Amino acid sequence: MTREPVLTIRDLHLAFGRWGRKSNVLHGISLHVGAGEKVALVGESGSGKSVTARLAMGLLQESRATHATGSIRFDGIEAVKGGPEIARRRGNRVAMIFQDPTSALNPTFKIRGQFREVLRSAEPRLSDAEADRRAEAALAEVSIPDPARALDSYAFQLSGGMNQRVMIAMALANRPELLIADEPGTALDVTVQAQTLKLMGDLAATRGTAVLLISHNLGVVREFADRVYVIYRGRMVEHATTKQLFAAPRHPYTQALLSAIPKISGGGLPDLPERSPDFERPLIVHEGCGEPAEVV
Amino acid sequence: MSEPILELNGLGKTFEADGNRVVALSDVSLTFARGGCHAIVGESGSGKTTLANLVLGLMAPTAGEMRFNSVALPGDRGKGHRRAIQLVQQNPLSALNPRRTIGASVRLPLDVHEIGTSSGRAARVAELLQEVGLEPDYAQRSPRGLSGGQRQRVAIARALACEPELIVLDEPTSALDVLVQARVLKLLERLRVEHGLTYLFITHDLAVVRAIATTVSVFQRGRLVESGPVEALFAAPQADYTRQLIGAVPVVTEEEARLRDAIRAGAPMPAAGPGA
Amino acid sequence: MAAPSAPAGGNKPRSKALAAFFGNPLSVLGLAIVTVIVLLSVFADWLTPYPEHVGPIGDFAAMNMPPDETYRLGTDTMGRDLFTRIVYGYQLSLIMAVVVLSIATPVGVVVGLVAGYKGGWIDYALMRITDIFLAVPPLVLAMAIMGFLQPTLMNGMLAITAMWWPWYARLIYNVTRAEAQEGYVLAAETVGASTAHILFREILPNCWPSILTKMTLDIGFVILMASSLSFLGLGVQPPTPDLGSMVAEGAKYMPDAWWLSVWPAIAILIVVLGFNLVGDGLREAFEAES
Repeated sequence: MTREPVLTIRDLHLAFGRWGRKSNVLHGISLHVGAGEKVALVGESGSGKSVTARLAMGLLQESRATHATGSIRFDGIEAVKGGPEIARRRGNRVAMIFQDPTSALNPTFKIRGQFREVLRSAEPRLSDAEADRRAEAALAEVSIPDPARALDSYAFQLSGGMNQRVMIAMALANRPELLIADEPGTALDVTVQAQTLKLMGDLAATRGTAVLLISHNLGVVREFADRVYVIYRGRMVEHATTKQLFAAPRHPYTQALLSAIPKISGGGLPDLPERSPDFERPLIVHEGCGEPAEVV
Repeated sequence: MSEPILELNGLGKTFEADGNRVVALSDVSLTFARGGCHAIVGESGSGKTTLANLVLGLMAPTAGEMRFNSVALPGDRGKGHRRAIQLVQQNPLSALNPRRTIGASVRLPLDVHEIGTSSGRAARVAELLQEVGLEPDYAQRSPRGLSGGQRQRVAIARALACEPELIVLDEPTSALDVLVQARVLKLLERLRVEHGLTYLFITHDLAVVRAIATTVSVFQRGRLVESGPVEALFAAPQADYTRQLIGAVPVVTEEEARLRDAIRAGAPMPAAGPGA
Repeated sequence: MAAPSAPAGGNKPRSKALAAFFGNPLSVLGLAIVTVIVLLSVFADWLTPYPEHVGPIGDFAAMNMPPDETYRLGTDTMGRDLFTRIVYGYQLSLIMAVVVLSIATPVGVVVGLVAGYKGGWIDYALMRITDIFLAVPPLVLAMAIMGFLQPTLMNGMLAITAMWWPWYARLIYNVTRAEAQEGYVLAAETVGASTAHILFREILPNCWPSILTKMTLDIGFVILMASSLSFLGLGVQPPTPDLGSMVAEGAKYMPDAWWLSVWPAIAILIVVLGFNLVGDGLREAFEAES
């Protein structure tokens, strides 16, 4: 790789609270996602994976109770604390899709109006006709059978799978360079979830979009990602290609996670502690997964 | 082992509202053996939740009948049936009253069904908490400080307090983290064996089914698609829909991937198309 | 007893709520106002300079005196100490508020719980009755009732109570509808618990934050309503000291004897403000708790 990664996070620390009652959420997170790459950040609830994504999106409200240090670089834009600065400057070049598509869409407006708004955030002077033409094309691209009808629907009139695709179409309408997907489709059925992942994978391949997948589901990660970061209690514990990680996990935490997952090939459940001090061992980086050298 | 605890004969449920008829469950006939863990599998809209509600007596069927220990289950349940058939819910955050102590929640069934002497009930609560792996001093606590896994253990203790014969487990681990899920599943398995319980395990997770169930029944759009022992179903699924479901499971090992791909090859996945 | 071994204690939310309440200067100010007024009312016989001025006595030598050294807030048209009468006015107002709310709240809460949990025709019947009461402007309703009845203290409280319970019914109905969807209610049902247990032991404890907040806010509003009624001559009759009648009576002498109506009006303002501040503080505290 000769180009700078689309997203680089270095030594990110985050704490909430004030007056000495600080609770540390992130203890030095580093990760990078290159163009056309599908990278997963996997961890349990409360591990800090979602908050990392929100910092990278500039969605975390900056306040006196939020203390962030480190570096988040998106395509050359440096924003130490995320926040409004990165949110403003990243514009439409970063998009995010959420866990529950139905709640992310506004129930009181038709899809058409919401789609126009999304497109106009990039090009304020877009005509209605041109916006609708692009919206229909975007919906067709995510395999929505009757785009014109979908545009005239409200979110609640569409199925979960359809809403998820509408969300993805909106997220991708302005051709973002980076797509952050936070547990996409977890609220949906497995077959729909599989379709969602396939769609995201196709877009990375055909458009060179960098995708950061946030998930707790190692199965989903294995299906989707090229490279995986495992996060545990605000610390990275393992970084490997997907092949390396699932063939030979090296960190005790990753090993525990993988053996705790029930398998469709049988074998029952292992006897495991819920927590072990071994899980706190330092980061293990597999061969070929180092930090990109050219970052200044 | 083969003595049936619950039989469903032509069971059906149709909802009617404002002239719309929705068939939630249609013509389901199944027999559940005592002591087994019977998985009910399906996606949203499959009717698996309706089935659970019918068995629990939360709604009445519109067709067919249910027999519990060879006796017809009435639509309006008496205390005896309420006690014998228990529920563990999906969301452990809402299943415990935030303004009552853990002890009060676990004790409720003891008071309702007048189990033991009233002075012996506190000791029984402590016993039940220990049985699910919690310290007895949790009885005085509010559920607010507890993790999802701990709350689910309390909910299990509450169901156990009824000394039930059948427990409906409605996605009991889908809101939990992987490591916690493994431990809760282990606990459920141990309790089933030790207490001779029968489980109706509602889930969408086929890997969990493989790990814990003895039989599986697959539902699609309110109909029973396939039913049988768990090994048989994973070795040679008969219905296309079952193959589709197994084919869509995200897996973590090579062995699983081979099994899944072999099953998937039997029934090609439908293209991402209309109606999803 | 087993040693407290596991992490995370159970009573933290309560201390969080207390911290939120006392961390807010406005709530503390409200609490201070309320405390002073309650203490003054309870110990009025000892804390007022002329407790005998409550009754129908006159001191024509001291009529309509502006505030001075002897009468800090001046005297009324009968020569009675205004400060004393305001304190006794507070006493009466508080008694009214407590009586009204201690009847209206339980009635409204039970109606709301039953309608919200039972649903169906019970819900329909109870809530339509409630809506009828809510549709009539409160003061108009109270005035209509008072039109039929003698303007006495008892009837005044009755009129206010009649228009107050529907607000609790509506509030608790909404809370109950939401709580009934919670898993713990389903759990109690599947365990076989009685409806009474579910309503009063499971759902009601979760209504307390809403009830307490509303009651605190309402003490102020009930006082205001009672004052409005007596301002219109439909409430308590002389010589009983009532803040509303004092404002009405004094208004006739504006602006020369301004103190006659201004002090009682400010007194109403202060008590309503005090209870409102406490109510708002409670609401925020309960939000911090959950």
